Amino acid sequence: MVQFRRARLDASFAALSDATRRGILERLGHGDASITDLAKQFRMTLTGMKKHVRVLEQAGLVTTEKVGRVRTCRLGWRRLDEEAAWIERYRQLWDARFEALDKVVDELKRQERADGRRGKRTQPGKGAPR
Amino acid sequence: MKNPTTVERTSERELVVTRTFDAPAHIVFAAWTRPELLKRWWVPPSFGFTLVSCEADARTGGTYRFVFSHPDLEQPVAFFGNYLEVTPNSRIVWTNEEGEDGPVSTVTFEERDGKTRLVLTELYPSKEALDDAIASGSSGTGAAPEQFELLDEVLVALAGR
Repeated sequence: MVQFRRARLDASFAALSDATRRGILERLGHGDASITDLAKQFRMTLTGMKKHVRVLEQAGLVTTEKVGRVRTCRLGWRRLDEEAAWIERYRQLWDARFEALDKVVDELKRQERADGRRGKRTQPGKGAPR
Repeated sequence: MKNPTTVERTSERELVVTRTFDAPAHIVFAAWTRPELLKRWWVPPSFGFTLVSCEADARTGGTYRFVFSHPDLEQPVAFFGNYLEVTPNSRIVWTNEEGEDGPVSTVTFEERDGKTRLVLTELYPSKEALDDAIASGSSGTGAAPEQFELLDEVLVALAGR
């Protein structure tokens, strides 16, 4: 899990090491834009812009959505927040389940102890008839 | 003090839940595999859901089917799948087949000094499947979003308590 976070962090730094990509993030901070818009604005080919956007996307800094023939790019932070919120809700679900499971487990433990004690008393002795 | 539950997305298509229980592994395993025990904790009472039925044949190759109802739902909800592996007191692997692209869940029990560390892994078929589960708001169990929105509301209410 640490490795995954680390990898994501590395990807973020790599994405930010490029001036054009920092410019793209700044531009998207003002509003969503299509790949075509961005390519024009940064005087690049579509292919070149697609590459930059893909790097930003892999770092989780940008998300893209294709509607018809237009791929729109937006800052990815919001998505990351959503993921964190979802994971917290998911954790709460399991936490509540496990709290209920604790009760079942405690009961089984008590039962086993009681059975153990009873077992010793009622266990047929070595000389018990078969 | 209850033991903490942790959740991490450990890779693009995997979630891992961990928790320690103050009991030996065979007891925790029993609570996961005996239907009459399973139904007492799988849906915590505070959630407002009622377990209509709980069938679980916890053996390698067996199947399970849990059906829940909620006063706000017109139809009961079913969760079902197969047990791919059941190794007594140590490991259970099952599929979640109520939705498309559901995860394969693996739970392991490691006993140490009379306590059991539980690790639950949910492995989705692809990054997209896990992303979609997150985006749709379902709680990683492959259920329909609207059903889990309800659950989410309850969870938020619980969290604010």
